[in-house]
Amino acid sequence: MKPNDPGITWLEEKPLGLAERLYLPLFVQGLTTTSRHLVSKKNTVNFPEERPAIGNPLIYRGVHRLNRDEEGRVKCVACFLCATACPAHCIDIVATESPWEDREKYPESFQIDELRCIFCGMCEEACPVDAIELTSLLDLTGKSREEMIFDKEKLLSVYDMTKDAEPMKSAELGGTL
Amino acid sequence: MNGLLPSPETLAALVKIGLLVGGLMTAAAYLVLVERWIAAWVQDRRGPNRVGVPLTKIRLFGLGQPLADGLKIILKEDFTPSHVDKVLYNAAPLVLLAASLAIFAAIPFGSVLPPLGIEGLPDPVPFLVAPGLDVGVLWVFALSSIAVYGVLLGGWASNNKYGFLGGLRSSAQLVAYEIPLGLGLLGVVLAAGSLKLDVIMNHQAETGLWFAFAQPLGFVVFLIASFAEAARLPFDLPEAEQELVGGYHTEYAGIKLLLFLVSEFLHMVTAAFLIVIMFLGGWHLWGVTGSSQEVTWLGAGLRFGILSAKIFAVILFFMVVRWSWPRFRFDQLMNLAWKVMLPLGLLNLVVVATIEEFRPRLEATLGPGLTSGIAIGLPWLIFFGGWAAAGLLTPSGTDNRPIRRPGPFDSEHDIESTADAADQQHPELVEA
Repeated sequence: MKPNDPGITWLEEKPLGLAERLYLPLFVQGLTTTSRHLVSKKNTVNFPEERPAIGNPLIYRGVHRLNRDEEGRVKCVACFLCATACPAHCIDIVATESPWEDREKYPESFQIDELRCIFCGMCEEACPVDAIELTSLLDLTGKSREEMIFDKEKLLSVYDMTKDAEPMKSAELGGTL
Repeated sequence: MNGLLPSPETLAALVKIGLLVGGLMTAAAYLVLVERWIAAWVQDRRGPNRVGVPLTKIRLFGLGQPLADGLKIILKEDFTPSHVDKVLYNAAPLVLLAASLAIFAAIPFGSVLPPLGIEGLPDPVPFLVAPGLDVGVLWVFALSSIAVYGVLLGGWASNNKYGFLGGLRSSAQLVAYEIPLGLGLLGVVLAAGSLKLDVIMNHQAETGLWFAFAQPLGFVVFLIASFAEAARLPFDLPEAEQELVGGYHTEYAGIKLLLFLVSEFLHMVTAAFLIVIMFLGGWHLWGVTGSSQEVTWLGAGLRFGILSAKIFAVILFFMVVRWSWPRFRFDQLMNLAWKVMLPLGLLNLVVVATIEEFRPRLEATLGPGLTSGIAIGLPWLIFFGGWAAAGLLTPSGTDNRPIRRPGPFDSEHDIESTADAADQQHPELVEA
């Protein structure tokens, strides 16, 4: 691009005013700003003791959980829609014939690699039975890569842990069922 | 004469050196913590607040942090790159630290102790390592110039472009700012009539008029120049993390880096000491400390506390300033030093010299009241006048983009010349 290209807008620096040349008003301005922030409320929290405010926990995208139905069975019907929707390919489902009357299939194993997950929430959007959901748990840690691959039991236990604080999606909460 | 035992005077000096060096090192360690706190608070963060008493869960607002920081940096590998000049590389931090510590031999850190009644000790014992040093201020300035060698050596010996640029910038900046620093100081020396820092403090205590109020212009010039001497923002071009990756200490690690960083904080402490001692009255506070040389233990402690509090306040100011203004560009830095600070410093010196010269004659003709009125009023008048003149005479643009003058082949590209506009803006640059 040439310097005289019509697409370029050359900005001219504004000449300094009297206040800027005397420097004192700017001096006071800078010092006032920093002094105000010195005593203002802090934006960070003392993390493990204090939890950050995360807004509405029902729409937060943290660790996954697998919901249970009224009888305590896993709600998932192994339709693979979440695994198909997942852009990070972190969901691995092995489906088998369901032992129950009300559905054809259920997941024999259901694994999510939390290290590959990008927490986009597509799986939650794709699920036709609201079985997979993202909770508001945000401090996800582990000591090995293997530990961070969550299996069905672990995902169900996340549900047990969070079901009281974050109720399962229902019609009035914007769910599909 | 007992040849083995040192004299009480030597012992007293050793005790003072021990207290001073220990105190300064601890202070430097804790100032790092304070700096981190201020940095965090200004940025709406909380800062280090975890480390407390080692091996317990007591947190103490993070007061154990200096210990953790020091331990970490000492335990780091003392790595020497293969391309450095080994001798100078190792000598640089030592030169810097030795010079920064030796400065304090001439800097008083309190008033005087009450008479101790020990034979061989002068009464009263002053809070000063070398009380008889007649060239006090000169000593301070000579050694702070030697400290520049540490920075230069470090930059040169590193054999690294960032280190070299940092060293170069440092030399140019410190040479430029030592002049206004000296001019600000000369006014004080003239008015107090001594180079000894304790005498300068006592003079302010006796008259009750701090030199910051008697010579505002000198104070401002000295304050700004000491920011530059300590290489603190907005004058931290020798280090400039963002552009020079740390400048002269880029190639240093481990304990040598620690020595550099400690010396840097000592520079700031020295600057704060000088500002407080020469312009802010030292240990004096109206109606609290008194001004005589005879003190009780309580009085001596009080004076020490007031001096320390003032120094801490100045250091806090240094730290808050760091986050208040962006760094100067190098040409702006030089303009400020040579075109603004130097004339203002000279102006202050002339005014102070004139007042001191004519003071006796004025007192004889006008009486003491009117004379001190003039002696205070005139500097303030000159202060406002000089500041306004400096502001109004500054060029109204800060644009330093190169002026485009089209060359013989530029007609092909149809580049517009900016030379005419530039000539109008800076007529002094047009060649005859």
